[in-house]
Amino acid sequence: MKKALIALLFIATFFQPFAQTTFPVNGTHDQREGKYAFINSTIYKDYQTKLENATLIINDGKVEAIGQNLNIPKGTIIKDLKGKFIYPSFIELDSDYGISPKKQNRSKGRHAQQQISKIDGAYNWNEAITPEFNAHNEFTVNDGAAKKLRTIGFGAVLAHRKDGIARGTGVVATLSNKNEHEVVVKEIASSHLSFNKGTSPQAYPGSLMGAIALIKQTQYDADWYAKTHEETNLSLEAWNNNKKLPQIFETRDRLEVLRADKLGDELGVQYVFKTNGDDYQRVEAIKSTNGKLIIPIDFPKAYDVHDPYDAMSVDLSQLKHWEMAPANPAILEKNGIDFAITAKNMSSKDFLGNLRKANLCGLSRLQALKSLTKIPADIAGVSDQLGSLEKGKIANFFVSTLDIFEPEALIAENWVNGEQYVITEKADADLRGTYDLLVDSRKYKFVIGGGLEKPKFNIMLEDSSKIKVDAKIMSNLITLNYKESKKDTLQTRLSGTIGESKLEGKGQAVDGSWISWNAVKVSDEFDEKKKKNKDKEPNYGEVTYPFLPYGWTSKPEAQTVLFKNATVWTNEEDGILESTDVLIKNGKISKVGKGLSAEGGITVDATGKHITCGIIDEHSHIAISRGVNECTQAVTAEVSIGDVINSEDINIYRQLSGGVVASQLLHGSCNPVGGRSGIIKLRWGFTPEEMKIKDADGFIKFALGENVKRSNFGDHAVERFPQTRMGVEQVYMDAFTRAREYEQEWTSYNKMSKKDKAKKGAPRRDLELEVLLEIINSKRFVSCHSYVQSEINMLMKIAEQFDFRINTFTHILEGYKVADKMKAHGVAGSTFSDWWAYKYEVIDAIPYNGAIMHEQGVLTGFNSDDAEMGRRLNQEAAKAVKYGGVSEEEAWKFVTLNPAKMLHLDDHMGSIKVGKDADIVLWSDHPLSIYAKAEQTYIDGMKLFDRAEDLEKRKQIQEERNRIVQKMLLAIENGEPTQKPKKKKEKLYHCDDGEDEICGTCE
Amino acid sequence: MLLEKFKINTLGFFLAIGYWLLAINSIAQASVPSPGKEQSEPVLLIGATAHIGNGKVIENAAISFEKGKITKVVSAEQITDKSGMKVIDVSGKHIYPGLILPVSTLGLVEIGAVRPTRDFREVGDFKPHVRSLIAYNTDSKVIPTVRSNGILLAQIVPQGGTIPGTSSIVEFDAWNWEDAAYKADDAVLLNWPAVTVNKGWWGEPQDDEQNDQYTQQVNKIVAYFEEAQAYSQTSHKEKNLRFEAMKGLFDKSKKLNIQANQSRAISDAVNTMSRFDIDVVITGGRDSWMVTDILKQKEVPVIYIQPHNLPKLKEDDIDLPYKTPALLQKAGVKYCIGMSGSWDQRNLPFNAGTAAAYGLSKEEALSAITLNTAEILGIDKTVGSLEVGKDATIIISKGDVLDMRTSIIEQAFVRGRVVDLDDKQKALYRKFSEKYASEGN
Repeated sequence: MKKALIALLFIATFFQPFAQTTFPVNGTHDQREGKYAFINSTIYKDYQTKLENATLIINDGKVEAIGQNLNIPKGTIIKDLKGKFIYPSFIELDSDYGISPKKQNRSKGRHAQQQISKIDGAYNWNEAITPEFNAHNEFTVNDGAAKKLRTIGFGAVLAHRKDGIARGTGVVATLSNKNEHEVVVKEIASSHLSFNKGTSPQAYPGSLMGAIALIKQTQYDADWYAKTHEETNLSLEAWNNNKKLPQIFETRDRLEVLRADKLGDELGVQYVFKTNGDDYQRVEAIKSTNGKLIIPIDFPKAYDVHDPYDAMSVDLSQLKHWEMAPANPAILEKNGIDFAITAKNMSSKDFLGNLRKANLCGLSRLQALKSLTKIPADIAGVSDQLGSLEKGKIANFFVSTLDIFEPEALIAENWVNGEQYVITEKADADLRGTYDLLVDSRKYKFVIGGGLEKPKFNIMLEDSSKIKVDAKIMSNLITLNYKESKKDTLQTRLSGTIGESKLEGKGQAVDGSWISWNAVKVSDEFDEKKKKNKDKEPNYGEVTYPFLPYGWTSKPEAQTVLFKNATVWTNEEDGILESTDVLIKNGKISKVGKGLSAEGGITVDATGKHITCGIIDEHSHIAISRGVNECTQAVTAEVSIGDVINSEDINIYRQLSGGVVASQLLHGSCNPVGGRSGIIKLRWGFTPEEMKIKDADGFIKFALGENVKRSNFGDHAVERFPQTRMGVEQVYMDAFTRAREYEQEWTSYNKMSKKDKAKKGAPRRDLELEVLLEIINSKRFVSCHSYVQSEINMLMKIAEQFDFRINTFTHILEGYKVADKMKAHGVAGSTFSDWWAYKYEVIDAIPYNGAIMHEQGVLTGFNSDDAEMGRRLNQEAAKAVKYGGVSEEEAWKFVTLNPAKMLHLDDHMGSIKVGKDADIVLWSDHPLSIYAKAEQTYIDGMKLFDRAEDLEKRKQIQEERNRIVQKMLLAIENGEPTQKPKKKKEKLYHCDDGEDEICGTCE
Repeated sequence: MLLEKFKINTLGFFLAIGYWLLAINSIAQASVPSPGKEQSEPVLLIGATAHIGNGKVIENAAISFEKGKITKVVSAEQITDKSGMKVIDVSGKHIYPGLILPVSTLGLVEIGAVRPTRDFREVGDFKPHVRSLIAYNTDSKVIPTVRSNGILLAQIVPQGGTIPGTSSIVEFDAWNWEDAAYKADDAVLLNWPAVTVNKGWWGEPQDDEQNDQYTQQVNKIVAYFEEAQAYSQTSHKEKNLRFEAMKGLFDKSKKLNIQANQSRAISDAVNTMSRFDIDVVITGGRDSWMVTDILKQKEVPVIYIQPHNLPKLKEDDIDLPYKTPALLQKAGVKYCIGMSGSWDQRNLPFNAGTAAAYGLSKEEALSAITLNTAEILGIDKTVGSLEVGKDATIIISKGDVLDMRTSIIEQAFVRGRVVDLDDKQKALYRKFSEKYASEGN
């Protein structure tokens, strides 16, 4: 054992070509100069400069000279690369090469939430924030991993630890198998972030919006730390130091790119975005981020769609993505977006193939090379050393047998730090062609065909049948075995050498006698069926906005429309007008009256039909990404649903079909103070930011009762305060008291002289307290999830104590018990029409709740809290007529004008009034009737739903599906690898969903 | 100090307690009103629009019933002699057969989130001997609120496992489960395995994937039924209670309700079980519209659950669940409409209403919650439509029962007994309306 170890050490030192200067050497020095000249090849000096018949000279790991007709100094090893290509090696930016993963502390299963960091040392309170981690400190050469990258042309990486939200810095290293001292190119090259908590066992943050808030707060903390140093915090110190570095943000999809960019805008940072390759689905918005991208080319495999029922598990958007993903790089190029290409997360076998596929789909070769050399070098700040072949730069390049984009091109060698790594041993010998084979005295037609890597050998007989020849090639030696005919059992065995266009040697005939043989190439042709010509640009369907069924191919625009002769529910003093016209123009309601002119617009005959303003859902959880709850703390005012709006939710379209035009997307009910709301119009096809209602007042979700005291969350959920309604009150008292104190701290700071300010430093900005302060200063408004009267009463009293008012109680199922108190407080009630009995705190809920609150003068509405019911809110409104006898006109306001008032939108929404937004629904019938269907739904004058067009779209969806399925079947037939059909998981959120959505280990 | 205050307020305190006790008492009583008394005299309902349940409508109808059975269903003009009958003028109103709710856990669960009130899921995989009937709680405060919307009969089912147990059909007007039983042990339930499964849970779904256990699970079911069939053919010294409970399937005194939603699961279930000579019903039936041929061919009816649902796939027609009943109707499959849930099943008529908005005629939609249901449950000889000889299980609505805008049930009869339509929620409504009225608000 010992001996073996010594031997191993010996070998290791002996074969190490360049001994490290600071290291002692065991034995005799073996210093080599590493002078090489590569002649007669086509050299890409950089992505755009191609030199034919050129020479590259390297010396001691660096480029010495490059060009045509160079003098080659004596003592240089000359390599003739006639017909071959030299490219600067590729650079991988999205790598964890050489970085071992963080130890996982998370225990499996349900357990009490870990509130603060358990890491020793003066580090950040949250374990997902580790800016102090420098990848170069742990970087270890790993030749196995390096080899995989070298085989596909990479020569250097930017490596970082892919774990957590603030991940620390990245190191640039080459992929040579020397020791770390020599391969590190730049120790601290970049700073890395993501929205994923990774292995952090800490509960917070448990949602995407929580991760966003945490990054913001960390920046505020770091700003404060830089000025005050009131504590020692190595993480914040590092955060500030890392600011000067390129900031690379890993995202999961196109919307996360937009979210990260918005965050960056707020913090004054321009991120580089690592994307997931679906950028083409929102390319304009991506372009407007001005960020550079790092994109993968791990295009999805074909789904196995042979069984039509199985195939139904694959959404149209998945089918379309299979078809369009290879065009992503081309589309980005067309749009002038700078991007690097990464090979991360894909098999190295597929990389070059996919690169060529992208090329066939329109990605220029120039851009592809740029994206693999110059752009990554620029992003990592190492273009002085890597990314092109110029004097003084690191000698990182690879040799390809053909232009690398040609389907048969093979990487023969990859040189890293001026050292050779042979990739394809056989790359020299393209034996394919037709030969005259002479064995002893017999003549045959011998064809070597098939693929370059795995050629096929056949003897062609006169009757055009063929005999398969088994062949083995080792270096320049070749062995051939064959039978005279198919019926034969005896084999002829030949062995020989490979020469220029000729194979020759000796062998044994079937009878054992020794014979001579040779094969002379007579032509380069081989009769094998040539692969189908794939050179034409593949066609693919259109991008729809959003990238879902029923999406748009062109952006909708506001129309001028005259609705003739309708029953118009004005929600104004005019009440319900019979036989009335409504004109919408420029996105607004332009005229309401009789005998109106269309003013050049479209006329819709609405005889027998009803026109109303659109429905507004005060309580909705559709269109939200990765977590409706930040369930980890009792107060999470710092998070906002507005940060995580998901414009790509099919339920937006489905709500439109129910006449809904706007929704308040509420945080869940996990905590007494939840997050802020996103208030959107259902502008189907637009981006999250475009969907938001501009200048809308800000709202925030509060919650009371069983959810916030974690009553129905199992026996492990007994640690978080509060566990009782008593505790809930104190959470509010504490939060608002702290907010007041925070205000005072700032007020006294702001009053200081400049000198004192500089001396003292500004107080720490606290996102959570700022939002709480907005609430007590009536600049942000509360919508509070509530059930029983005691807690409803309590919260009103708290608000009064802090001199503000609760805006809305939502759910408010016992509102009928305290309607008089609510009226006195001035709070609105947004309730369910008839829900009850699903948990203990709703045993006294009654469907007459809405009627009583309304009767007592409380502003009353009905909400959905449910994606399905959301599209039938007109039916829910009718239940106010059924239960409690509210008039139809007033009941209709429960889902339109009243929620508009609750959300402070009634100055431009919620009724049919000249000058208000043209958010209009054309109903087939009395809108409170179960038989009524929304025939057309307009938002800001744009027709976003039309029942007749919907029928057309259904047909198109079927056609598009079928077209791609057939194409997929053909691709499978042609050998494309497949994956099992999988329906992508889809989440429908309710108030009390509080699962961790961003951890790396819980899936 | 406290004591003093107490003294001063003693009188008021006791008055308050007294009032409170009264109020509590009245609520408690109203929560679950007493069942009606046996019909003592013939009743004639006259002047309403009668919706028979079989598609027919009689304007200005006259319906009489005696000793709990319907004696006449005619046009009012045909009634000349009203003597000896209690005449109820229901002009302008609508009469329907009592609505029937298939597949319900009402009475087996009071508050879903409170474990002691959940009585619908027994331990084990194959448990046909477990009977819903004896756990059915006639004093559930939820049931009267469902009855208030016109539902007078329901099929009460256990849940969970491959064979959750045996269901029974009850009337919503009874002192105890024995009274309530309309058809005891009407069906054995079977949950058919899914072809594709989601191994996550509703809060955290995973990607749908193939159920690699599918064949095995189906084989297990078939083997179980083969054994039960063999068992049913002889008598046994040692009884197997599970197989005893299965016997009714083979003599057709019980039906087999197979819960299946996916198209392939439905067709496989129908095909596979057709080797046994038993009455099969599909419940759930989400994709039943895709496999109508086999359903028709094997004459298997569907309890479709439920129109008020989101489509399964993003590219599905947005109104697919709404129009599925119409697709079944058009294809000629026997079907009725059910709902999931418990307390929310009071919205059954509105699920039918939505189906009417999306392709069914109103009378077809009505049949889907009355006569069709009775036929599928095997109780149509006595209920499900307003026909002479059938039970006087009747509701009277202010307007169209399928449309919540007008659906207000004013009177109801169960086998001629007058149903008290009060419920806990109405009592609370009265209590607080009175509070505000007395305070002059």
